[in-house]
Amino acid sequence: MSKTATKRVNAKNITDKEFFYGHKACAGCGGSLAVRLALKVLGERTYSVLPAGCMSAVGFIYPQMAFNSNAVISMFPGAASMASGVSVGSKALGIENTHTVVFAGDGGTADIGLQALSGAIDRNDKLIYICYDNEAYMNTGIQKSGLTPLGTKTTTTPAGTKVGGSRTHKKNLFEIVAAHDIEYAATASIGYPVDFMNKVKKASEVEGTSYIHVFASCPTGWGTPTETSVEIAKEAVDCGLWYLAEYQNHKFTLNKRPKELKPAADYLGKQGRFKHLGQEDIDEIVRHRDARWQRMTREWE
Amino acid sequence: MNRPKHILHKRPQHIDEYPVGPTFRAGYLPDKNAGWRTFRPVIDQEACVNCMMCYLVCPDGTIYKTDEGLYVDYDFCKGCGVCAHQCHVEAIKMVKEEHDEQ
Amino acid sequence: MSSKKVFVSGDEAVAMGARLARPHVVAAYPITPQTIVVERLSEMVEDGSLEAEFMHVESEHSAMSAAIGASSVGARTFTATSSQGLLYMAEGLHYASGGRFPVVMMNANRSVALPWSIFGDLRDSLSQLDSGWIQVYVEDAQEALDMTLQAFRIAEDQKVLTPFMVNLDGFVLTHTYEEIIVPEQEKVDAFLPAFKTPSKMSMDAPMNMGFSSSPADNMEFKFQQHMAMMDAMPVIEATDQAFGQAFGRYYKGMVDAYLCDDAEVVLVTVGSITGTARVVVNSMRAEGKKVGLLKLRYMRPFPVEQLQDNVRGKAAVGVLDKDISFGMEGTIYTNINSAMARGGLSIPTYNFIAGMGGRNISRDDIRYMFDALMEVADGGASRKQVEFVNMGVTIDE
Repeated sequence: MSKTATKRVNAKNITDKEFFYGHKACAGCGGSLAVRLALKVLGERTYSVLPAGCMSAVGFIYPQMAFNSNAVISMFPGAASMASGVSVGSKALGIENTHTVVFAGDGGTADIGLQALSGAIDRNDKLIYICYDNEAYMNTGIQKSGLTPLGTKTTTTPAGTKVGGSRTHKKNLFEIVAAHDIEYAATASIGYPVDFMNKVKKASEVEGTSYIHVFASCPTGWGTPTETSVEIAKEAVDCGLWYLAEYQNHKFTLNKRPKELKPAADYLGKQGRFKHLGQEDIDEIVRHRDARWQRMTREWE
Repeated sequence: MNRPKHILHKRPQHIDEYPVGPTFRAGYLPDKNAGWRTFRPVIDQEACVNCMMCYLVCPDGTIYKTDEGLYVDYDFCKGCGVCAHQCHVEAIKMVKEEHDEQ
Repeated sequence: MSSKKVFVSGDEAVAMGARLARPHVVAAYPITPQTIVVERLSEMVEDGSLEAEFMHVESEHSAMSAAIGASSVGARTFTATSSQGLLYMAEGLHYASGGRFPVVMMNANRSVALPWSIFGDLRDSLSQLDSGWIQVYVEDAQEALDMTLQAFRIAEDQKVLTPFMVNLDGFVLTHTYEEIIVPEQEKVDAFLPAFKTPSKMSMDAPMNMGFSSSPADNMEFKFQQHMAMMDAMPVIEATDQAFGQAFGRYYKGMVDAYLCDDAEVVLVTVGSITGTARVVVNSMRAEGKKVGLLKLRYMRPFPVEQLQDNVRGKAAVGVLDKDISFGMEGTIYTNINSAMARGGLSIPTYNFIAGMGGRNISRDDIRYMFDALMEVADGGASRKQVEFVNMGVTIDE
């Protein structure tokens, strides 16, 4: 692998080819933008592995095949293990210069897929695991997942006075992955698409397992207008409820340190899933955010 | 070909015409998404500064580059409006589709 | 490496068979009593005699998932498991068969919790008969090695493309030592061609695999899968012949009938207990009793016609099940009864449930079964159709 600086990827120098096209995702789907951009970075010689979830559900219903390169659907808990098999299988067959990439949702990664992900990182097989995080089980109808933030209205945590939305904070999946001392892991957002693409490029150069956690808005599940999908994913980062960071060479780096985080309430107020939030929940969300940012800015580069 | 085009698909008549198991060629699109739209994006080539932002952020990849400028593949555009919303110079307008009245 | 005689356990025989088949990828998780298989395979990778990628997966579900992943790019894959592990990967069994991935897997038959038991019975694999895998049950260590080789050839046949489970009785067969002949690598290479399939992802012909089908197409895919399993039957018979010609050992195809032709009664057995039953048949024949033994080698596809042909005209048929489908009967019994009913054969049939959770089945137990069948043949009083044999306690009838 060349050790010289990698040329930065952008809209002008990226391939004109489209590898995720004609799919049935909702209009304005953040997850599909993440898949589309990642595949443009990785190119033709790629095997995509997708577990049950939005991207597999909208990508391959016979006879409509929206993946324009090799792709296979795995069992729900088994995206990382199947991808390991694909990577190792092609290595055993002597097939060179390929990428194996997983596109799995937050549910398929943080909950049901966590064991297989951990095993894959442990084995360090050459694959890129991309988790597109829309903060709920969207494909099955917007149910709460381990990455649903506090106070969210989902179909299994309805708004109301008794419980009133989900009661737990997001699992810190990026740091769980980093704790494996993975070679490369990053957080990203479709609101910062060029940053995301360049992280995919970096991940593609790892001779082992790498991980990218990309924040991907969902107009259907979040109750936002379809045209704001990229903008709202940017606002999540700008108000600190998501962050852009990397883990490499055994240390964490914060890519973006805003001097001041924008008000979380503005971001939350734009979304149907947070409309019911009372002041207590908003305060807790802000407190949790601030505590995390204190720790990150203190401990990370 | 940079992206798959809409294709006419003939349904199998005999069992042997089915693929062996759930495996089929990549990039095969018998179905258009055009019918999803209520609004279609129209790019004003004069106002466009070629920043490629719309091309970058289209979730469906339907904006493509040509020597004459950026165009939309209306077979597969769903009319989400992200392109128009993200354009810095307001070169894209969302225009109501003219559908036949029932 | 020329063929040689070795003194090995059933598990070791399977590992030697797997090595000869030259898999590209082995992905397995340890579970008693399969552990020796994976240990030997990893030793073989270490000493260079097995050039496969050995994946240390973190669960059985991941073992099957990884095996399918490797198969999806055209690699020959092998895995092994038992009981709890087989059930943990249960959705993966359907996935492999529906996806037409010819993975070969050894299963060490072991009782399924609860209660916990590491000892053998057939509850694990019999509960997965509907998962679309070809299932063979071997009698001894030689058959274990030989069927591991045949499994790849049958599974990978272009008309079949169906995954294949080789079953060995836990401990009784996996851990007992026998003398076997290990075939020469060159002869195995000639017997087992390279793995080819249209169902794979490649850079020359990119594919979308494992897709969804709507109600408009699903039945067609399932019909295809069923027909592939039916088409496997002549392939199984032909492979048995080809194996015999290459290596000198024939296993008689889907069933092995022992002295059934002129028998008055027939006992059906599956797996290693067949060996004990053969000894009992020989003793009883020496006493002039016309008993016959039908070894069912394959449970899927099910040899309907061969079963019918071997019990037609008999006075009574017994089925030894190391299994019980609670609230009904033993699973092998259900399959036998259905095959007989389809042939219009209304012969009295009896289910002997024995050997659960490693309970011994002695020659006396098998003689008890034959005596019961002979009593029916002689016009004796009607008896229980489903009977648990060799219980350690008395029960109230």
